[in-house]
Amino acid sequence: MAPVFRLESAKKSYAGRTVVDIDRLEIDPGEFLAIVGPSGAGKSTLLRLLNFLEYPDSGKIYYAGQASSPALPLELRRQVTTVFQRPVLLRDNVENNVAYGLRLRGLRDCHAEVRAVLGRLGLGKLHRAQARSLSSGEAQRVALARAIVLQPAVLLLDEPSANLDPYNIGLIEDMLREIHQAGRTTVLLVTHNIFQAKRLAQRTALMLEGRIIEISPTSEFFENPRDRRTRAFVNGEMIY
Amino acid sequence: MHTKSLLPLLMIIVLLCILPAACTAVAAPVGEASEPARLILATTTSTQDSGLLEYLLPDFEKAYNAKIEVIAVGSGQALQTGKDGNADVLLVHSPAAEKTFMEEGHGVRREDVMYNDFVIAGPESDPAKINGLTSAVEAFKAIASAQALFVSRGDDSGTHVKEKSIWKAAGIEPSGGWYFQAGDSMGAVLAMSDEKSAYTLSDRATYLALAKKGLALKVMVEGDPVLFNPYGVIAVNPAKSAKINNGLANRFIDWIISVPVQEKIAHFGNEKFGQSLFVPDSGPWKAANP
Amino acid sequence: MQQIWQGILQGLRLLFTGDPALWRIILLSAKVSGAALLISAVMGIPLGAILGLVKFPGKRLIQAAIYTGMGLPPVVVGLAVYLLLSRNGILGPLNLPWVPELFTVPAMVLAQVILATPLVAGYTMTAVAEVDPALRLQMQSLGASHAQSLLAVLREAHLGVIVALVGGLGGIISEVGAVMMVGGNVEGSTRVLTTAIMLETRRGNFDLAIGLGFVLLLLAFLINVGAAHLLGKEH
Repeated sequence: MAPVFRLESAKKSYAGRTVVDIDRLEIDPGEFLAIVGPSGAGKSTLLRLLNFLEYPDSGKIYYAGQASSPALPLELRRQVTTVFQRPVLLRDNVENNVAYGLRLRGLRDCHAEVRAVLGRLGLGKLHRAQARSLSSGEAQRVALARAIVLQPAVLLLDEPSANLDPYNIGLIEDMLREIHQAGRTTVLLVTHNIFQAKRLAQRTALMLEGRIIEISPTSEFFENPRDRRTRAFVNGEMIY
Repeated sequence: MHTKSLLPLLMIIVLLCILPAACTAVAAPVGEASEPARLILATTTSTQDSGLLEYLLPDFEKAYNAKIEVIAVGSGQALQTGKDGNADVLLVHSPAAEKTFMEEGHGVRREDVMYNDFVIAGPESDPAKINGLTSAVEAFKAIASAQALFVSRGDDSGTHVKEKSIWKAAGIEPSGGWYFQAGDSMGAVLAMSDEKSAYTLSDRATYLALAKKGLALKVMVEGDPVLFNPYGVIAVNPAKSAKINNGLANRFIDWIISVPVQEKIAHFGNEKFGQSLFVPDSGPWKAANP
Repeated sequence: MQQIWQGILQGLRLLFTGDPALWRIILLSAKVSGAALLISAVMGIPLGAILGLVKFPGKRLIQAAIYTGMGLPPVVVGLAVYLLLSRNGILGPLNLPWVPELFTVPAMVLAQVILATPLVAGYTMTAVAEVDPALRLQMQSLGASHAQSLLAVLREAHLGVIVALVGGLGGIISEVGAVMMVGGNVEGSTRVLTTAIMLETRRGNFDLAIGLGFVLLLLAFLINVGAAHLLGKEH
């Protein structure tokens, strides 16, 4: 099967500092890939590149066979969406926040879809609440809702449950499992929580200083890491 | 609805502010066939502030189907407005500047109209002992030597120019803590002098108008010919702009120097102040009242 | 003190007895400043939004120019517009049909547009810059095009944009220097509240001047109450 994403010598730097430097990476359709690594490893930049919010300085990122560039058609861009670590919601109620992406796609009457997703995330009673009045857990669930209501081909998640309580983490992880098992969505989860990667992902990768150090099936990654840096990270011995 | 927020709110606030504008802004500047001819009269604030123009002009507007737009500014600015070709006719009181104006070709016709006079007003306590003097120059000398407070217009208005000419005649360069340069209108300067119990030079019309409203300052010196303040009317040179209505300007001049209108000027102020504010002075008037 | 009370009473009396001269002056003030605000909004809001959001060379220079423009003395603007429109000035001699004549309402509107546009643009710029910069990226990630994400930011900043409009209106409805210079305070055609106040002050009619000032204050207060009401509905 052709990969969803293929990265070839993709580099991105800010002010002369290389932040992402990936020689080769392929992401398969329908897979659940976790990327772990310390802060500053370039994980968030990688997600912005994969969501076409930025473009590589050199090398190529192919999505569905097309190179990422400002000229990439909107239809293709709209197949990929991100849930950010710190969600910024519109100054509006929950329902309108979740409907935003659908309305961009020309869907005027999306009441039913929005309500269904809100219900699945335990937000059914909050649909009229103002976004500003939500707790951080609720806000993050709204951010997840506004992403999955789009039924994206690729769902990117940047530390979606950092700083959340176990109840909210549980809700979000259940939802991610559910989406993935439905089979149509490729999920890429960036997390510094190795246990979350272990619980959810089929493959896990370690990212360090912009590079992918090791990528392997999750069980192998944790039980039998090939690289000594992976070993150190998994065992919590890495100093960073 | 998500799209509700910005636009309608803006529309509401803007509409609230400009409802009248929306209806009339377009129609306002467009003239109608029967609209009266427009005559722009640039004049000094004193003629407007005294109420003289409101008293005189409606007669002309009716008789000639004209609308006189009065731009009341300082003497210098009124003359400049004429030089720029932005007015049709001027009514000002700066004889020397008017002479230059005519010599430089900015105006095509000048006529004497009237004069009023200046008075030296001061507090009843009269610290410089000038009450009753017949010479303005002597009075200014006394004020300076007593270092009594004096408020000057300080704005290059006709009144200020007159004040400076008197200081010059007295051989005094006024300065120091007793001499204030206000840079404000006559009314404001009179009010300020009243507050400070200071002397000032004022035109009689503004002084009388304020005295009626409770100004405590008294007239100390009056009647010196040096204090006379002649007004001239000038038709602006139509070569300056095709938009200048020289025909109507000439009719206006003929009208304002005519004997009946001069008569009316002579009566202005009698009712309100018990004395005339302006003395008619035009050629036809002088010919009729030798 | 008594003069102030008398003035306020006279202002109220004129207002409620429907004094036609006073109402003409109030309507003209609203008309001139309202039209100027509308034009300033059309130019200033997009300008402020672009300056708040888009990076381009020379941006700082334009920002500095706008901040300077926010503090322009009205009388200087009046003088500049006078020289621009004067029959022997810059545009006047060309006799172009769209160039207004001095001492007319459109000339006053032009002067106030020059005063209000930097105010509206400056306040809009601040409001837009205060929106979380992450919002645009997140909206793009949800499928917003470049333009759609800009619109989302502007929508988020709309409270600030309302403040910008009120600020602009407050700046021009209360100014006297520019409308005096280019309008000429012609009775019945270019006399607005501020120039009427100036005239009555000059005439020594302090109580009438205070009364007119009170009416102006009342107008400004009503505009702000209206804006506060709009803002309040959002919270």
